Amino acid sequence: MAAKLILSMDGAVIKEYPLNKERMTIGRKEHNDVAIDNLAVSGEHAAIVTILHDSFLEDLDSTNGLEVNGTPTKKHFLQNNDVIGIGKYKLKYISDQVTQTTPADFEKTMVMRTPPKQAAAQNESKPAAPGVVQPQAGSKPVPVEAVEKTGKFDAQSPAAPATPVQAAAPATPAAAAKPAPQAATPQQVAVVQVLTGPNAGKELELVKNLTTLGKPGLQVAVLTRRPQGFFITHVEGESFPLVNGQALTNQAHQLKEHDVIELAGVKMEFYFKG
Amino acid sequence: MKITEALEIFSQTHPGMVRSHNEDSVACEPSCGLVVLADGMGGYNAGEVASGIAVSVVVTEVSHALSDSSPIDLDKESGVELGVELLRDNIQKANASIFHAAESQPQYSGMGTTIVSGLFYDNRVATGHVGDSRMYRLRGETLESITRDHSLLQEQIDGGIISIEDARLSKNKNLVTRAVGIDAEVVPEIHVHDVLVGDIYLLCSDGLNDMVEDDDIQATLYALQNNLPLAASQLIQMANDNGGRDNVSVILVKVKNKFSASRGWLGKLLAWFER
Repeated sequence: MAAKLILSMDGAVIKEYPLNKERMTIGRKEHNDVAIDNLAVSGEHAAIVTILHDSFLEDLDSTNGLEVNGTPTKKHFLQNNDVIGIGKYKLKYISDQVTQTTPADFEKTMVMRTPPKQAAAQNESKPAAPGVVQPQAGSKPVPVEAVEKTGKFDAQSPAAPATPVQAAAPATPAAAAKPAPQAATPQQVAVVQVLTGPNAGKELELVKNLTTLGKPGLQVAVLTRRPQGFFITHVEGESFPLVNGQALTNQAHQLKEHDVIELAGVKMEFYFKG
Repeated sequence: MKITEALEIFSQTHPGMVRSHNEDSVACEPSCGLVVLADGMGGYNAGEVASGIAVSVVVTEVSHALSDSSPIDLDKESGVELGVELLRDNIQKANASIFHAAESQPQYSGMGTTIVSGLFYDNRVATGHVGDSRMYRLRGETLESITRDHSLLQEQIDGGIISIEDARLSKNKNLVTRAVGIDAEVVPEIHVHDVLVGDIYLLCSDGLNDMVEDDDIQATLYALQNNLPLAASQLIQMANDNGGRDNVSVILVKVKNKFSASRGWLGKLLAWFER
């Protein structure tokens, strides 16, 4: 199912519009796909271009402009639940298609045929021999039509800036972003404190996913942050680091609070702070 | 310096946390400095078949051709270096093999694969790729992708339709615009890059770069450059910790020494003294 727009004013829903066209226009005049009969709305106010699962909003040089989530914008890559503001009207963008297909289905790599004319335009190398187009029964190819849509979009927005407007981008929705690895105890900061040697007393906060300790060429270990906690692994050096007096093996070793690490002759304690 | 002594190569592949089987294939032929990685697609086990054919055709043919010739020789017809010509020809040969297998056997219909390959010779690397499997290079502290995906998203980035930052949010990540074995012919993208001692090259399937940010890949390679097996398993572990939604494969190549090709009898003599 396609994504949709929900038009409302003062919290009252007026109408829903499925984004079932490659390009949909919003404006005061009747021929627009989303026609809003209000003088604050320009005749052709904005357009939404949809390329497969991604939709882009652009201002068509309207008199009163556009807002997305309260921020004025000219061009915006729409994310689920974004609210477009045009005058007193709100258009909510809903793209819950992730629920329509299973993630596994969804992320399978698929091939998209490039029409020869486009291939010729994009690289100097010769396109695949014309006339040898084969039907593909097994995979689920994207219809060539989709590629051509992309081409059309290019043609229709020659003024598209080389670098789309960024300032207006809202905070990235967590759901769509790459899942960030989280420490077992997100509110606490893991720390390694040096116990011996000239740096005794110094603390090193383990804020990165990967922290190396030791002296290159002599002995190096790496501390990695994983969903289930922190791990220490031997990287290089003849001898292996000690944890609570026990030498590590080639395997990663999960650290517990107050473990004492001994590496390149220096003792360190691992614990959580805060 | 012989190529086997100049390069350290390590590869690893993992089905990930979601998929039941692994459609990626990797192969390395250290004796001629060749590394190949492919990410197959197609129903049932067709993906594995396609990536397996691609990798074995390229490795077998290239190493066979190089057993009695040098990659710096010029091809008689085209005047192009043999190293470059071999990658191009054999990716095309792999394409034909997969295409014909898919045509003749209905269960393999529509199968295809990405490919990324590197042939190291004469202090250079020739890269040949099709699709969205990548080759990165870590030089000093800088990680850079030296291949450009053949994907819808990359085309949108190039066209200025979507910014690199926004591209991370795109739902069109999985669409490649070129693949091996889908059509009767394919155009591999070939480039040659100079290699420096200390460089680390990473070939990976999109199961890595879709799940792990480039910054984290950089940090891992930089921190663990003296332990390639650990670097490889750390990269795979990060992809899996972040969800592991796809098969994930990596090949790491570390340049430990120069590897000049010997030219003529004098070069051969000098090379003999260098040993």
